[in-house]
Amino acid sequence: MITFDDVVKVYPGGGTAVDHVSLELPTGKTTVFVGPSGCGKTTSLRMINRMISPTSGRVLIDGQDVAGQDEALLRRGIGYVIQHAGLFPHRTVLDNVATVPVLLGKTRREARTAALELLERVGLAPEFAKRYPAQLSGGQQQRVGVARALAADPPVMLMDEPFSAVDPVVREQLHREFLRLQKDLGKTIAMVTHDIDEAIKLGDVVVIFRQGGVVAQVGTPQELLADPADEFVAEFVGRDRGLRSLSFDTAAELPVLPVPAELVLDEAGRPLGWKTGADDVRPTGGTFTSADTLRLVADLAILSPVGIAVRVDADGKADGITPHHDLADYLAARRG
Amino acid sequence: MITYLSNNSEAVLAALRQHIWLALLPVLLGFVIALPIGYLGVRVPWLYHPLVNVAGVLYSIPSLALFVFLPVVLGTKILSPLNIVVALTIYTVALLARTVADGLRSVDPLITESATAMGYRRFRRLVDVELPVALPVILAGLRVATVANISLVSVGALIGVGGLGQLFTRGFQLFYIEPILVGIILSVLLAGIADGVIVLIQRAVTPWTRFQGGRA
Repeated sequence: MITFDDVVKVYPGGGTAVDHVSLELPTGKTTVFVGPSGCGKTTSLRMINRMISPTSGRVLIDGQDVAGQDEALLRRGIGYVIQHAGLFPHRTVLDNVATVPVLLGKTRREARTAALELLERVGLAPEFAKRYPAQLSGGQQQRVGVARALAADPPVMLMDEPFSAVDPVVREQLHREFLRLQKDLGKTIAMVTHDIDEAIKLGDVVVIFRQGGVVAQVGTPQELLADPADEFVAEFVGRDRGLRSLSFDTAAELPVLPVPAELVLDEAGRPLGWKTGADDVRPTGGTFTSADTLRLVADLAILSPVGIAVRVDADGKADGITPHHDLADYLAARRG
Repeated sequence: MITYLSNNSEAVLAALRQHIWLALLPVLLGFVIALPIGYLGVRVPWLYHPLVNVAGVLYSIPSLALFVFLPVVLGTKILSPLNIVVALTIYTVALLARTVADGLRSVDPLITESATAMGYRRFRRLVDVELPVALPVILAGLRVATVANISLVSVGALIGVGGLGQLFTRGFQLFYIEPILVGIILSVLLAGIADGVIVLIQRAVTPWTRFQGGRA
């Protein structure tokens, strides 16, 4: 666990970057710091590995004040990923990844062998090992950056806008891989982003900062979307937060009605479309399973020519339907 | 010219040998001295501009004046090759201290910062990351210093120690063109070879620069 204990950072110029912040970042979870620029999120992140020292207050990792620890040794135990990856241009991909293990005293050979495995883990083929950073695309560089941060298997990782320098398609891909990796590894991660969607997607806990280095709200993504603490947070999480909050729940408990005769099925029981006239069958627009999100169900109900989402089982056979008013009733009842 | 060479091969070879060490020893000494000075110019930001100014002034001292002046300061004999070595070392330091500082300053702060965040201590970061990344700039400066030194050594002939430059003075004294031609050709050749060797070294130690600029 990483603890911020009444941390203040005032710069000599007089600006307060971080204003009495107290936080707990749970072990094995991803905590995302998000907020407008100049809100102290990056300053806070950098106080964890002592790139910046607090003016007052303490930052602790598992109860140990970082201020009392040797800077270099502390940092070797904390993975670090930044925007544009910050790779060493004069080292091959493999040697970039091997950096921290070599600093920790591993032989170059050992470190390289381990680095090769890590490259695969972050989705890079072995032929990239011998290339230099300048030969890679932005997305590939970012993967190497993640592999380099993971190389010494640190329990804590700091990520400063790690995915903001790549195009949306690549970012989407990196997000998916990040979630997959984190599910396997369970690192204690502190991440900074200015993108609230990224924060909601990747964070187990989201910390929203406001101008002046003040924490506006801390909570799970669901909590922030469902119950913003104030106007600023509500504005920051965005207008369609109601719809987005449906992404966090599956349709497992959503009640369904029996399949009606108007739903045309093939011999195997898979839905073909809705019978809307004598000879008129219109496509359903898609189906959901009980593992899909409520957001998908809402989307299907809206898209459906008859306003009804169709549920299928694992074999693709239609096993129930949910009209949009039933979905609305369910959501209303769930809210209590 | 061929007859001149065959008749004087020993003298020419001796002059060439002297020329090589008179030019290259200062490059080596100058480089070693310039490294810490250049680093200081980056480490202590307010030192950078004085460093550039002092280097500029030193480099503008006429070489002949320095050759004549140094024995007075160092207490060496006027004919001692040491005067040439010291003078050229001063020029090399003047040139390379600035190059080293500029090279280190050219390193992207993002790179130094990420090195720090990985857990590099200052000295190892300098040796493992900053100097290698600055190497293309530093080696470019080294090429200039080397070629400049090779041409400057000849001036030393005016005070009696000047490698191939002695062939020029001899030619002028005897109104004889052959030694002058041999001297010119050999110095140009030497400069070309030295420059080529540094380029080869640069290719070998900075293979990554070939891909720079091709970034997507």
